[in-house]
Amino acid sequence: MWMLVPESPWLTVVVLLAGAIGFALAPLGLAALWSRKFSPQKPGPQKNAAYECGLESPGDAWIQFNASYYLYAIVFLIFDVEAIFLLPFAVAFSGLTAGACLAMLLFLLLLVEGLVWACQKGILNWT
Amino acid sequence: MGDEMDEELQGLKAELSKHGIFTTTFEEMYNWGRKNSVWPLTFGLACCAIEMIATTMARYDLARFGAEVFRASPRQADLIIVSGTVTKKMAPQVVRLYNQMPEPKYVIAMGACAISGGPFRDGYNVLRGIDRYIPVDVHIPGCPPRPEALIDAFMMLQKKIAAQSLTGEDRPRHLREDAPSEFVVPKEGEHGLEPPQNAEVWNPLRVIQE
Amino acid sequence: MTEPEAKTGEIRAAAAPPVTAPPEPVSAEQVKSVLEAGVPGCQVELVVNGNPSAQHSLRIDPAHARASAEFLRSHSELKLDYCSNVTGVDWPVAGSPATPGNPGYLEAVYHLYSMEKKLGPVIVRMRTGNRTDDVQLPSLTPVWRSAEFQEREIFDLYGIVFVGHPDLRRLLMWEGFVDHPMRKDYVPPPEDDPMPQFHGKPPAAPAQSANPGTGEKG
Repeated sequence: MWMLVPESPWLTVVVLLAGAIGFALAPLGLAALWSRKFSPQKPGPQKNAAYECGLESPGDAWIQFNASYYLYAIVFLIFDVEAIFLLPFAVAFSGLTAGACLAMLLFLLLLVEGLVWACQKGILNWT
Repeated sequence: MGDEMDEELQGLKAELSKHGIFTTTFEEMYNWGRKNSVWPLTFGLACCAIEMIATTMARYDLARFGAEVFRASPRQADLIIVSGTVTKKMAPQVVRLYNQMPEPKYVIAMGACAISGGPFRDGYNVLRGIDRYIPVDVHIPGCPPRPEALIDAFMMLQKKIAAQSLTGEDRPRHLREDAPSEFVVPKEGEHGLEPPQNAEVWNPLRVIQE
Repeated sequence: MTEPEAKTGEIRAAAAPPVTAPPEPVSAEQVKSVLEAGVPGCQVELVVNGNPSAQHSLRIDPAHARASAEFLRSHSELKLDYCSNVTGVDWPVAGSPATPGNPGYLEAVYHLYSMEKKLGPVIVRMRTGNRTDDVQLPSLTPVWRSAEFQEREIFDLYGIVFVGHPDLRRLLMWEGFVDHPMRKDYVPPPEDDPMPQFHGKPPAAPAQSANPGTGEKG
C-alpha cells in the first residue's frame, strides 16, 4: 500500500497537522452543532448588561482616573510588601544580633523616609 | 408503550453491565457532565451564607460534588444559592444577578428567610420569599440549615439535573425557545416593591380558611 | 542557634487585663442645674424614668439644643465627648389619657458618655412640634460625628428632619420611599400571602385590608 503513494517527507507532517487542527476545531464544531440542535440562544438587555454586582451601571467605565490614585496604590503596595519582611523579623527577633536589628531598622527608616516624602508631596491627602 | 420500552431498555442495560459492558445515551452523558460541574455564584446574604461557606470548607467539602468553584461573576455560574434574608432593597439586585447568569441556571433557596421571610417575615423591608421573583429549584428549610442540609439540597438538584430530558414536551426551561431567560426586576416604589410578585413565577399552594 | 528556638516557643503567662470600671453614673439633676446655669435661656425638663434602672433623662428645647450640646461637650467637669447612641421615639398621642385632636410628637434621644472623665450616660431628648409638618430638630452631628448615620436612620424610619445635618439621606430604605416604617401607625402595603398570619391574632377577613399602602395616615 505505502509503496504506491509517491514518497514525500512532508506528507506525515501534513497529516499530523490536519489531525491537530481537527482536534482543535472538532469540539468547537460539535458544541456549535449541539447548541443549534438543542439549546436556543436567549440574549437580553439585562443579560448582556455590564456586570456591576447586580446594580445597574450608572455611567461609562471609560473615564479618566485621578493620577494620584496610582501613587497612592504604589505607596500602599510598598508598605504591603514591607509587612511581609516584618513578619520573619518579628518571629526571629529574640534571636537576632544587634547588627541584624540595626540593619532592619535602617530598612524601616528608608521606607519611613519615603512615607514622609509622599506625605509632604500631598499624595496622602485624598480630596 | 413508551414505559414498556424504557423498562426493557433498562433491563437490557442492567443485564449488559453484569457482563462488563457499559451502555449509555447522549442524554445521560450530557446530564452526567452537567450535574457534576455545577458552579455556584459567590453570593451570600446573611447568616445562612456562613453555613454555605462552612459547606465548601474541608469538613463538609462541597468539592466532592463538583461544586467547589464559587464563581465571582454570574457569567460563569450555573447556580445561585440565595442564602439568607432578602431585603426589599436587595431583591432587585438578586433578580438582576439571576438574569445575568447564562442558561441553564438553577436556584437554591437556603433557609427560612429565603423561602418565606422567616422570622423577619413581618418586617417592613423583608421580602417574603425569593420565589416571588425567580423560579426556585430546591428549597431548604432551617434557620440556618446545617451544611448537611445544603449538601442534601445540592444532591437533590443533581438528581433533578440528571432527570432532565433533552427533547420532548417535558424538556426543561433552558431548552425551550418560548421560555423567558430574564425575569421582571422589581422597581423600588413609594411603599414597596413594584410589582410585589411576578405572577409568571409565583404560584404558591394556598391555605384556604374556613 | 538552638537556644533562641526554645526561647520563642516558651509560653509566658499573660498579664492580667486591667480591671475596667464601668463609667460612673451622673445625676441628671446635677446636669440639669449645670446646663441651666451654663446656657442662658435653655429650658431643660427632667424626664423621670420610673423603672428600676432609674435612668432619668433631660428634655432640651430644640432652639437651644446645639448650644447645650456644645456646652456639655466642652464642660470641664463633664466633657461628654462620646455619643454612643441616638434613637427615635414615636408618640402618636401625647399624654395619658389620649386626648382627641392631639397631634402627638416625635422624639430623638441621645446617650452621651465621657471617655476622659469616665462618666455616663447622660440622656438628652428633643421633641418635635407634631408628627406631620413641624418635624424639624437641630442636628447634633456637628458636635458628635458618631450621630451622623443614626440621625440618618431616624430621618429614614421616623421622619424627623435634622436641620444642619451634613448628609441627610435615607439610610435603610431606598430613595423614593415615602413612608416611615418605625412609626406606630405605619401600615405596610398588603401583600398577596398564601400563608395566614398567626401571631396571636385571628386572621383578618379580606375586606378589612382594603386600605392599600396609606402608610402613616393614622
